[in-house]
Amino acid sequence: MNKTHYELIILGSGPAGLAAGLYAARARIDHLLIEKGAAGGQVLLTDWVDNYPGFPDGLTGFELAEKMEAHARRFGLNTLTANVVSMDLLQTPKQLTLEDGEQLSCNALIICSGARPQRLGIPGEIEFSGKGVSYCATCDAPFYRDMHVAVVGGGNTAVQEASHLTKFASQVTLIHRRDSLRATKVVQERAFANNKIDFIWDSQVIAIEGGKGVERLRLRDTAGKETTLAVDGIFILIGVIPNNEMLPLQLLKAEDGGFIPTDTETRTAVPGVFAAGDIRSKEMRQIVNAAGEGATAVLAAEYYLNNLTP
Amino acid sequence: MASDKVQTINDAAFKTTVSSNVPCLVDFWAPWCGPCKAIGPVIEDLAEEYAGKVTILKMNVDDNPVTPGKFGIRAIPTLILFKNGEVVDQITGAVGKKQLVDLINKAL
Repeated sequence: MNKTHYELIILGSGPAGLAAGLYAARARIDHLLIEKGAAGGQVLLTDWVDNYPGFPDGLTGFELAEKMEAHARRFGLNTLTANVVSMDLLQTPKQLTLEDGEQLSCNALIICSGARPQRLGIPGEIEFSGKGVSYCATCDAPFYRDMHVAVVGGGNTAVQEASHLTKFASQVTLIHRRDSLRATKVVQERAFANNKIDFIWDSQVIAIEGGKGVERLRLRDTAGKETTLAVDGIFILIGVIPNNEMLPLQLLKAEDGGFIPTDTETRTAVPGVFAAGDIRSKEMRQIVNAAGEGATAVLAAEYYLNNLTP
Repeated sequence: MASDKVQTINDAAFKTTVSSNVPCLVDFWAPWCGPCKAIGPVIEDLAEEYAGKVTILKMNVDDNPVTPGKFGIRAIPTLILFKNGEVVDQITGAVGKKQLVDLINKAL
């Protein structure tokens, strides 16, 4: 690769990054989108997307990711598959270092590095990862045909994927640490109406146990009472943590667990650096607002680039 | 960019192939699995870089139920490194290239 400087670099290829790529390509900005693997981000973990406007019949996360990528490519999206390990945002131009030691630079940067599933951090979780512990129902549900699985969590992902799992598993037990769900009402209604799903409220999983694979969970309820639940697998869907290892967190004034705060136009604390999608500090993490923020970030970046003194 | 260095493997050919003294990295995947797709380009890169030193193989778990069952695979993508038919180590999930390089180096 010869070219190492770009007007704009977009870091990440989830919905925020792909929307930013689409808008940057259409604006004919000299840009590069750096992606770690295939495009899509966490959308690739979603079995079914029923709330993205414009797709009245719903579609798989896989299909939506492919469509978003194809859309940006149609306008000449420029991509590089690489892993950014660190960056210096105080230099002019801003410097990014890749895993192989190569340096890239840019005048404006849009961070769309996203988030990944949160772990419970309990005994047995790492030991049984891939042997009954899963963070992706859409990937691993078919391995649990006619088995009993647990889902941990009470948000949209947990409740929706519990419903998805019933297509394969004979019984799905949803374990939530509170006495009610946070998931969107329509998602809850579907789960409550599904006779393959039962609920354990006010309880936390404190250990995962088994032999070759997961065999049982140890639970503790809010009163402190401990019980055991026999299951063949456990899907941990309790939210996300930011992919921020390559970011200068202090400089970007990271907050609430390492997410990046911005103003309404996605501007971070560093001039010329913008953040969009799940990496942004915010309440609602949805595909539709990630995409919206990606578009906003390009407009803000374009304004910034146009006002840079040459 | 699809690499022709990544070979596909099935249940029938599995045992003979991984029994080789050339290390084999097997990517257990399925078409429905997003993270499997996500690491696809990394697997192809590795196949190019380690051509002749490590055999990189993909097994579709949909078409080949026997081998994944034998190795207790209940999540994909799972990547298992073999040498002389023995499991050297394995890794699950859409991990980064560096983690896969570290895995491969355990057999070199």
